[in-house]
Amino acid sequence: MKLKEVVKALGLEILVFPAPDLEVHDGYVSDLLSDVLAHAKPGELWLTHQRHLNVVAVAKLRELSGVIFVRGIRPGLDVLQKAREEGVNLFVSESDAFHTAGRLHRLLFP
Amino acid sequence: MISPAPLRHREIFPVAGLDLERAGTVSTEVQRVLRKLGVEPEVVRRAGIVCFEGEMNIVLYTPGGRIILLVYDDRVELIFSDQGPGIPDIELARQPGYSTAPNWARELGFGSGMGIPNMETNSDKLEIRSRPGEGTVIRAVILRRRNETEGSGEGPRP
Repeated sequence: MKLKEVVKALGLEILVFPAPDLEVHDGYVSDLLSDVLAHAKPGELWLTHQRHLNVVAVAKLRELSGVIFVRGIRPGLDVLQKAREEGVNLFVSESDAFHTAGRLHRLLFP
Repeated sequence: MISPAPLRHREIFPVAGLDLERAGTVSTEVQRVLRKLGVEPEVVRRAGIVCFEGEMNIVLYTPGGRIILLVYDDRVELIFSDQGPGIPDIELARQPGYSTAPNWARELGFGSGMGIPNMETNSDKLEIRSRPGEGTVIRAVILRRRNETEGSGEGPRP
């Protein structure tokens, strides 16, 4: 499914969205950066509570399709700026990790 | 084991200790350099992860250090060196889940004890030399296999 369709279906708030046509096949939920680097697969959508600069670096290194900050968590302007530079998609979900992941799962694996 | 191949590129990146704001910048820069040199995408991916974990170790635990990138025709090498406290028990540090990270780092999602294991998974050879009180040198070798299938070199997924 295209990322822009996922964003619309989940009602995500867009923070940085340079690549709306990326394909999303799966998701990954973790707040541990090394865990994401070890186990997330390229193209997955990452749900996290972390909101510092390294989130952008990890998403870029792992070639993820984007990052969803859950429970309405918002990163600072420096993070948005970095994501723009690196071409990393960033979103906010008002619902918590459990419910956001649940809705994403239903969408991708109906 | 390692054949003599011509050196194509050499670059040194300084890493500031305890500077989380800039942490991660060397890894993304290393990936950019490797891509520009036409290094295989899977090797770029693995080198990026090895570099990030090594960079984070320097940032989190030491007053600073440097990363040397060496690109050969048959391999990429990353050498991390620092003047930090050293690793008293290297075998322990190689075990998944072992961490000495302070709480502030754990709250930011670091210190899950997967840094060195991730470096091992994504490199073909990882040498660690450390002396408590003097510092640590880690050398990671990532072999370039030109006909490598996409997806190899990934860490195992439980």
